[in-house]
Amino acid sequence: MSTQPLSNLPKPIDFQSKSMRRNSSRRTATNFVVSALAVIATLIVLLPLAAILFYLVYKGASSLNLAFFTHIPAPVGEEGGGMANAIVGSGMILLLASLMGIPIGIAAGIYLAEFGQGTFLANAVRFTADVLNGVPSIVMGISIYSLIVMQQKHFSAFAGGVALAIMMIPTVTRTTEEMLATVPHAIREAALGLGVPKWRTVLSVSLRTASPGIITGCMLAFARVAGETAPLLFTAFGNQFWSFKLNEPIAALPLQIYVYAISPYDEWHRLAWAGSLVLIVLIMVSVTLVRIFANRGVLKGGS
Amino acid sequence: MGVGILVEDLNAWYGSNHTLQDINLHIPANHATALIGPSGCGKSTFVRCLNRMHETNPIARATGVVKMGDVDIYREASPVEIRRRVGMVFQRPNPFPTMSIYDNVVSGLKLNGFRNRRILDETVERSLKQAALWEEVKDDLKKKSGASLSGGQQQRMCIARALAVDPEVLLMDEPASALDPVSTSKIEDLIFQLKSQYTIVIVTHNMQQAARVAENTGFFLNGKLVEFDSTHKIFTNPRDKRTEDYITGRFG
Repeated sequence: MSTQPLSNLPKPIDFQSKSMRRNSSRRTATNFVVSALAVIATLIVLLPLAAILFYLVYKGASSLNLAFFTHIPAPVGEEGGGMANAIVGSGMILLLASLMGIPIGIAAGIYLAEFGQGTFLANAVRFTADVLNGVPSIVMGISIYSLIVMQQKHFSAFAGGVALAIMMIPTVTRTTEEMLATVPHAIREAALGLGVPKWRTVLSVSLRTASPGIITGCMLAFARVAGETAPLLFTAFGNQFWSFKLNEPIAALPLQIYVYAISPYDEWHRLAWAGSLVLIVLIMVSVTLVRIFANRGVLKGGS
Repeated sequence: MGVGILVEDLNAWYGSNHTLQDINLHIPANHATALIGPSGCGKSTFVRCLNRMHETNPIARATGVVKMGDVDIYREASPVEIRRRVGMVFQRPNPFPTMSIYDNVVSGLKLNGFRNRRILDETVERSLKQAALWEEVKDDLKKKSGASLSGGQQQRMCIARALAVDPEVLLMDEPASALDPVSTSKIEDLIFQLKSQYTIVIVTHNMQQAARVAENTGFFLNGKLVEFDSTHKIFTNPRDKRTEDYITGRFG
């Protein structure tokens, strides 16, 4: 082996030279400008959210009182009334939708990430999920109307739950797949190397490692459908009275907001604002609660 | 106690790449056997064939006979059964990031449905003591995540995890290559102590390491086993010119 004589090496860089110092101050300036742009972009993202929240509080908070949460809507011409039945109805529909949509979505995501790589079925499922994600919500409402409501010959909470569940599936499926793909292969090998069967490795190791991301995906899907109105118009339909039955029309906050917002009465407009505020706050509270509970018992990795 | 491993006409492929060619070898029970050779020579593929991890890659396949004790592992056992009898330690420590140190160590038992608290407690203590990690972590067993330990500690925890299922064979694929010298020497001490109870196969790039811990050494080159003999013989008087060139540092 021949070694190069040291004299042939390029001259070391002189960091104190004039040009290097100029270069350094230029990079400091670039760093500042880019950081500032990032901060500004963040503020621009936060601005609409803050504006919407502020406006809702401004318009809706004054109409919020105990009756809003305990009473059903008052008949036309009467003062007062609330949206208690719509809050409960929304809760029931969303619970139903989550119970159907999240398990199916996660199961499909597991198939895509862990079992079906490269198969025709996996590609078909992935493509379908992406298309489904782009289906307008009103189309979803009409589809469920003809598939379930027309067969049963009546509107129902169940049909509303199905419509929202189908809307949740693509988001849950794709985030589950992507989060599982970020789990390092070495961790799966560790489990397989201990003689753990593949199904158990997927459930107890891959899924558990990816769970924070998957939970985020489920929450995104939940928050998205919680405010959906169109798919419920032809399915859950709405109800001015209490109903706890899955096979009957049921009230939902977005529907109630819609009905009140297009009405000609000022009192109802104010209730619609209050309903919107309650809807957003309820979504934020449920997402936060799920996060807190889901993060319990999961130890944070150090690296 | 460990069992011997008999390998006959083992061939392995990744896609069309013939990575192992006609390997014949007898690995004696309750000894440490080192596998050396330049990168890409098939050492890792070889150890992965010994616990059927090779086939977890969809494009990989293998032919030939591997006998662990009396069992032909490719014909008379399922991969899951074999991997319970054969512990594996990987090049980079791979703790389960969501599990505590305790759960990491007994993961092989828990994930296979074993729930007896008293036996789990005993296993954690025994395995961590065997892996020389007990004193460092005994107060944080359930508080700290396995991933919060240092690299060397993580690797010893992974060794404890492999020992917790009471394997007969321990495969180690460059277990110290990602570690600092202090951690490396701890792992070597460990191998030295463990080899009376387990059959250990260790892949290494570090020839001093092979010389220090192993009774027997095999030299791989381009997918073939060039020479297999006692470590002393390989390092002082190899039969093959290529082995001599490699251990004297003329290539690789």
